[in-house]
Amino acid sequence: MITLSHFLVLGAILFSLAVAGIFMNRKNLIVLLMSIELMLLAVNINFIAFSYYLGDIAGQVFVFFILTVAAAEAAIGLAILVVVFRNRGTINVQDLNEMKG
Amino acid sequence: MSIQLSVFYLFAAVMVLAAIRMITAKNPVHSALSLVLVFFTSSVIWLLMEAEFLAIVLVLVYVGAVMVLFLFVVMMLDINISQIREGFVRFLPTATIVSAIMIVELVLVVVSKELDYARAAVPATDISNTQALGEVLYTDYLLPFEVAAVILLVAIIAAIVLTLRQRPQTRYQNPGEQVKVKRADRIRLVSLKSEGKRSEAKRS
Repeated sequence: MITLSHFLVLGAILFSLAVAGIFMNRKNLIVLLMSIELMLLAVNINFIAFSYYLGDIAGQVFVFFILTVAAAEAAIGLAILVVVFRNRGTINVQDLNEMKG
Repeated sequence: MSIQLSVFYLFAAVMVLAAIRMITAKNPVHSALSLVLVFFTSSVIWLLMEAEFLAIVLVLVYVGAVMVLFLFVVMMLDINISQIREGFVRFLPTATIVSAIMIVELVLVVVSKELDYARAAVPATDISNTQALGEVLYTDYLLPFEVAAVILLVAIIAAIVLTLRQRPQTRYQNPGEQVKVKRADRIRLVSLKSEGKRSEAKRS
């Protein structure tokens, strides 16, 4: 019998792997964006697991909205990435220090 | 071990391996393809939780649109792979330690007696998951649904505006100017005197 903990542990492992991906791929903006997608996926797994085990469909509605926002975020992020590459010729995160933030 | 549990373990293992492959791959194209595998397996996991509509949407929207967009961008940019791999080994121990600690902490929180319950008794209905989701989405969550539509519109416009590039040196047609053109802009009538003798000589 699969319990709620199975899915939550899977989500936790995926989220931690995404954090590790952000740590390791400091130079590669594309893999950073993919790691963010992986994090959102882990969150979505948690939402659906709670929705299933509590018998409440609201969790799935929220997953729907998260998917929408994540798609918009990916589109805008990739557009910014293309513009950065066109202007600077690199996607190294550590070179992007013009704003001195 | 029930069939569901074995399916869960199989696909969870594939998912975690593909995620590890994604964050460690040398080539960004391999990363993107591994992420596609993660999305496919997570779609199966969602099917196990009877979220059929979202499982299909994940494959259609994420694999079909978002990941193809990622692949387009990866292949369009001319990236120096050896350069972007610098620092990977340097951050590897930190990343491993941090993620291991996070996994242990989250698992300790999650695997507790309070959360270790089977599914709550849900009244059996004969409507499908898609229908149930749609009924909630168009009644209780109508305003957030429309806000989501506006967010997508903003994303479309923002992506186009950000990547639009005006090049003054390229030549292109302006259809408006072409339609607006008058006869006088194109043709100039001049009256020339005929040169009688020379033209007759040419003819003969």
